[in-house]
Amino acid sequence: MKKNILGILGLFLAIFLVTALQNDSFLGAGNMQNLIKWSSLYAIIGLAVAFVVITGGIDLSIGSVIGLVASLLALMMSKGLNPATCMALVLTLSMGIGLLHGLLITKVRLQPFIVTLCGLLFYRGLARYVTDNQSMAFQGQDTLDRFFSGKVQVAANFFLPAPFFFLVGLAVVAAVFLNRTVWGRYLFALGNNENAARYSGINTDNLKILAYVACSTVTGLAGVLFGFELNSVQPASTGEFYELYAIAAAVLGGCSLRGGEGSVLGVIIAAAVIRLLYNSINMLGISTHLEYAIIGGVILAGVVTDELVKRYALRRRAARALLPETAS
Amino acid sequence: MTPVAQGAPPLLEARALSKQFPGVRALRGVSFTLQRGEVLAVIGENGAGKSTLMKILAGVQSPDGGEILVDGQPVRIASVRAAQALGIALIHQELNLADNLDIAANIFLGREPRRCGFIDRTRIAAEARTHLQRVGLDLPPETIVGTLPIGRQQLVEIAKALSSQARVLIMDEPSSSLSQHETETLFRVVRDLRAQGISVIYISHRLGEVQALADRVVVMRDGEKAGELARGEIEHATMVRLMVGRDLSQFYQRHPRPPGEPVLEVNRLRTPAHPRSEVSFQVRRGEIVGVAGLVGAGRTELLQTLFGVTPGVGGEMRMSGEALRPRSPQTAIAAGMALVPEDRKQHGLILAMSVRENASLPSLRRDQRSGFLNRTAERTVARETVEKLGVKTPGLEQTVQHLSGGNQQKIVLGKWLALQPRLLLLDEPTRGIDIGAKREIYRLMDQLAAEGVAVLFVSSEMEEVLGMADRVLVMHEGQLAGELARGQLSEEAVMHLATGAPNH
Repeated sequence: MKKNILGILGLFLAIFLVTALQNDSFLGAGNMQNLIKWSSLYAIIGLAVAFVVITGGIDLSIGSVIGLVASLLALMMSKGLNPATCMALVLTLSMGIGLLHGLLITKVRLQPFIVTLCGLLFYRGLARYVTDNQSMAFQGQDTLDRFFSGKVQVAANFFLPAPFFFLVGLAVVAAVFLNRTVWGRYLFALGNNENAARYSGINTDNLKILAYVACSTVTGLAGVLFGFELNSVQPASTGEFYELYAIAAAVLGGCSLRGGEGSVLGVIIAAAVIRLLYNSINMLGISTHLEYAIIGGVILAGVVTDELVKRYALRRRAARALLPETAS
Repeated sequence: MTPVAQGAPPLLEARALSKQFPGVRALRGVSFTLQRGEVLAVIGENGAGKSTLMKILAGVQSPDGGEILVDGQPVRIASVRAAQALGIALIHQELNLADNLDIAANIFLGREPRRCGFIDRTRIAAEARTHLQRVGLDLPPETIVGTLPIGRQQLVEIAKALSSQARVLIMDEPSSSLSQHETETLFRVVRDLRAQGISVIYISHRLGEVQALADRVVVMRDGEKAGELARGEIEHATMVRLMVGRDLSQFYQRHPRPPGEPVLEVNRLRTPAHPRSEVSFQVRRGEIVGVAGLVGAGRTELLQTLFGVTPGVGGEMRMSGEALRPRSPQTAIAAGMALVPEDRKQHGLILAMSVRENASLPSLRRDQRSGFLNRTAERTVARETVEKLGVKTPGLEQTVQHLSGGNQQKIVLGKWLALQPRLLLLDEPTRGIDIGAKREIYRLMDQLAAEGVAVLFVSSEMEEVLGMADRVLVMHEGQLAGELARGQLSEEAVMHLATGAPNH
């Protein structure tokens, strides 16, 4: 698969440099740690959705699953349940949500867009109902708090946030799975041409279900991380729109919504670009009212450039494929 | 024949037309003329360039070189609309009619006569009736097209072309889905049109039809004009020799041997496409069995059911004596089957992936090391596929979409060989590929059969069926209409069964 990482990396460095030159406090440890933390959190959900985007599908329910997981976790812990049990329950629930999506998409043959759109509404409603739409705090869980939102000192004055380590672990697993295992290859084959994959003896239904389970499970983990990071949950709004950032990161990072393409590193850098844009808008003193417009514009420009480069490369390759024929 | 005025330029003339696609030169310097009121047959194997030539004349594609003259004047046919304005109409193999509309609406689709901005239904119906008469269709113009049998739909399409003042009708494989009776009706209409001064370019690979209908024949081979035959020279053997470029005996390399024990036994199998028809047959070790029939006879559906793509709805199957009910291709593959599907771009290949990735796809799981890709084995499988089938590719990392049809097809077939299937199913194995690749595939079919593989292939190319099969199953409307041993094989015998005539 083609890995268009250089382009997105260039974009990241360009924004990074401009901001660093304009504002001294940008490179400060506090700001950098914050940037790494939020980029990691976004990259985790970007990777989650990348699995289903590679199959040619989509998951719009990510934000609501995050909201539901965080709400349930806070609710159960406030009732004094064993935190480990709570954790196991919400992760099992997320897995179950992915399984449900996968079954509806493969066995009932519904469109992923519809299934997960209904999920988006349903899980948000559920989160609000079980919590009576009350904000809740994550309290009195020092060990867990340190585990999910703590810091690790790596230099005299520099700490790496916990989500970063979760991301690294997840990224290694995802990259190995996609590039080194038989199922990873199958996943790309399925995304490129589901019929041909099936005719080659690949169990495409199971593979798709697996992708949705992986997506929702990782999303559930992200829900836990976001919960501890934010320290409180608003059932009506926590995680709102996160699916869109996740999808944007996946697409900007080289996944085609038509399926069959994607790279782990690309998605991570793209997630970092999105967070960096937020940060830079602040640092450069640009009106925060323009935030969404700028992020939307940059993503669009990135995708357009990518498309043009791809088209150019395709024409070059087609011309080269023609050569041996004309020579003979 | 209508006499041609002395010295008048031909109605249509093509001079040195060329067209190149990535990886294939589809057309090389093709010239021909078409007179008024003439039926010109264009024949050739699949991939010979017939379709490209016709698409250029109909404005669907533009040529890279050469020129087209209408009434002696050079013209540029840049679009279908431009072709229509010149009086050239293409009637596709798959008809372009809106099933849900009535005949009159279809005939005037996109250029409805209006009155005060509203469609003038009275005028449409009246004019539609006159056009229907020209093609001998006595039907009310209000009939919904979807309710008509395919033969009549085709006549509606011809009436539609005539209504736009067409002088040249290009008919692409018009009889491929017609019954014998419908084909005869079509011939009558074509002869009527010729008498009215309309010229017809008739594309077919049914040589019997060409002999019955054509005034002149242009034979295409490998993108070039291989020859031209005047009325008196149109003979079956001559056409075949020009199409294939050599004697058939050299082209089809079948060395039949006595077959071994049955590999596949099918007993009263029913497919979802034709749930009422029961099909029973067997294929033995080392045997090549052809499946002939008209388009829509249920041949592809049969292969898909055998392979588990669309599981059967009744009956039983045995592979080497063991009962099998394939619910998915996986089960069929595990039982030793392989399928080369009809549509290689939709079902056979992952176009955006490389030669290596495509060739190794079915054997990845066998070669895995606890779930991880075995890259050495993968490369070996791919390299062997390329070598064994003589795939012309710049390298193993080349994406397959830029390879020619023949090389693509070799990969679709070659990817199964590493799994050493006991039963090879082939659906139109040589469709749209060049002569060289065809020969390679025939050679391989023969070789695999010699190694003990049972081969079952579906083909619409009569020459291929006659040349390669040890035994032919002929299907008609989902049923097995009959079976012909190699000694009984002839084009007439196959067509007789394929068009639903009783077994003799």
